[in-house]
Amino acid sequence: MQIEAVDEAGRRRFRLGGRWTVEEAAALEPRLQRAAAGTSGAVMLDAAGIAAMDLTGAWLLRSFERRLAGAGCRVEWADGRPEQLGFIDRAVAGAVPAAPPAAEPLAALRRPLREIGRRTFGAREEILDGLAFLGAVVLAAGRAFGSVKRLRLPSVVRHVWDTGVTAVPIVALIAFLISVIVAYIGAQQLRKFGGEIFVVDLVTVAVLRELGVLLTAIIVAGRSGSAYAAELGVMKLNEEVDALRAIGMDPTEVLVLPRVLGLVIALPVLTVIADAMGLAGGALLSWYLVDIPFNQYLERMQGSIADWTFWVGIVKAPVFAFLIAMIGTLRGMQVRSSSRELGRLTTVAVVQSIFLVILADAVFAVIFMELDI
Amino acid sequence: MEAGTMDAVIEVRGVVNRFGAQVVHDGLDLEVRRGEVFGIVGGSGSGKSVLLRTMLGLQRPAAGSVRIEGHEVTRQPASELLAVKRRYGVMFQRGALFSSLTVLQNVELPIAEHYGVGEQTLRELAMLRIRMVGLPEEAAGKYPAQLSGGMTKRTALARALALDPALLFLDEPTSGLDPISSAAFDRLVLYLQGALSLTVVMITHDLDTIFRVCNRVGVIVDGRMISGTLEDIVRNDHPWIREYFHGERSRAARGQAVHDG
Repeated sequence: MQIEAVDEAGRRRFRLGGRWTVEEAAALEPRLQRAAAGTSGAVMLDAAGIAAMDLTGAWLLRSFERRLAGAGCRVEWADGRPEQLGFIDRAVAGAVPAAPPAAEPLAALRRPLREIGRRTFGAREEILDGLAFLGAVVLAAGRAFGSVKRLRLPSVVRHVWDTGVTAVPIVALIAFLISVIVAYIGAQQLRKFGGEIFVVDLVTVAVLRELGVLLTAIIVAGRSGSAYAAELGVMKLNEEVDALRAIGMDPTEVLVLPRVLGLVIALPVLTVIADAMGLAGGALLSWYLVDIPFNQYLERMQGSIADWTFWVGIVKAPVFAFLIAMIGTLRGMQVRSSSRELGRLTTVAVVQSIFLVILADAVFAVIFMELDI
Repeated sequence: MEAGTMDAVIEVRGVVNRFGAQVVHDGLDLEVRRGEVFGIVGGSGSGKSVLLRTMLGLQRPAAGSVRIEGHEVTRQPASELLAVKRRYGVMFQRGALFSSLTVLQNVELPIAEHYGVGEQTLRELAMLRIRMVGLPEEAAGKYPAQLSGGMTKRTALARALALDPALLFLDEPTSGLDPISSAAFDRLVLYLQGALSLTVVMITHDLDTIFRVCNRVGVIVDGRMISGTLEDIVRNDHPWIREYFHGERSRAARGQAVHDG
């Protein structure tokens, strides 16, 4: 594109030519700015040489014209004003498009106060939402256990499959590796006291009471908590949840409850598998590192297991499962309007369910200590 | 280029599309000329959307060629297709607005991605398009979820026009709008088509829209396209076309168009 300034008889003539299109916009813009900056008095614009002009070019030309007029120039057109400019005049109806209104400026003190208030009310809302959701799930469960049809067993089975059966390989592998690590570190430390044999007690108690169930819960929170949130979130965005309501089905009963039940069934089973794999890992390392043969390991292991050791671990599994499933489905149901929201709430679901699992584990530890088991 | 096809913006020749055993298009031909509004009509499942995707270069046909302004789009590397893509704008059926961006950001995105204009100019150019499609200024700061159906369509149109395309594809532009809103939208399309000298290709089921806006119509029947002026098509004696254009609805629509005109 060309912009040629020629001074003639008391006025400046701009000869415009070439292509004024969106492709040239980035180059046109600074040149027009420079051209307008040093101009005053009478101006003649000559657009006859313009070979092609699209809307973007027309907008830039119109801005140029307005900038000149704003600087006090008398603007005339040599060969008539290009008609695209008139189109833009009509489109914006004389008003200069303003920027979207900025947020009101806040004093330095008011901003943090407002933020604290906003978050406090937000937290209150969160807790109320959570309680309402819990209530809805309990009510739905009450109805569902009254009739087999409402229990939606095929759906429950599907979720047991998705969250339980397909998670077996990864849960087994991780339980095995963690108990190998515990046995390895334990053997190293206990050797200093000549008490290598206690590696067996260490692995058995740690795996059965804590590690088996906790690791399984964390893996499941990452796998299935996120899946629940994402599935339900997309269904919300797709208006599938509204469709269910319109058909007269309760989304809590149809979508949430089978997921909660599925996970409550799957997680204890996964925990048993993790316990077994953990003990196997301990046996392997005990034999390899401290030369304890397998039959001696079994004997020692049975000696170290109290009546409650296994049950203390397994009783936590349904509670963890309930927390993970509830958080995942709640966050999924909270998705509204945008795909970014979906990503955010899926992240929140995973982080919160892992946090709650660990918190619940701490509470269990205190309870079991008080009960002396 | 042959002399006779100089003003053909889109040339589709012998396109075949099939999914498994199902043949959707079986040697489909289509020609869209510069400056016209071409309507594509067809029954559900006749492959209108597949044809649109083929023309956009999103779907590779099993056979045949598609030329847009002389550029073959079916067997092009992505880098060369980009040049063609900048020449057309697409308005998707359900808007396909980016839900995490505001209306203004949705319109700014293509310009910012392809051309390095300054921030102020970028916003002005986007605002111009938003005003041009008849959206109020306050709409610019809203998110897609806050928009009504009509506003979503208009925003989608504004984004389709962001790069000053010469060619505009509209997929069911008036579906889901009430008759008054769709009439207004038709007028908007016609107005912009004249003012910006656009070539428009639209898929539509709306007989009102066809009679109000389209210069020529192509009907997909039996995997091929029968195209011609509106009068030709209305007189065509293919059973589906007769049923489509001579049912109760169409008489009302034609009466209305005559009345409007």
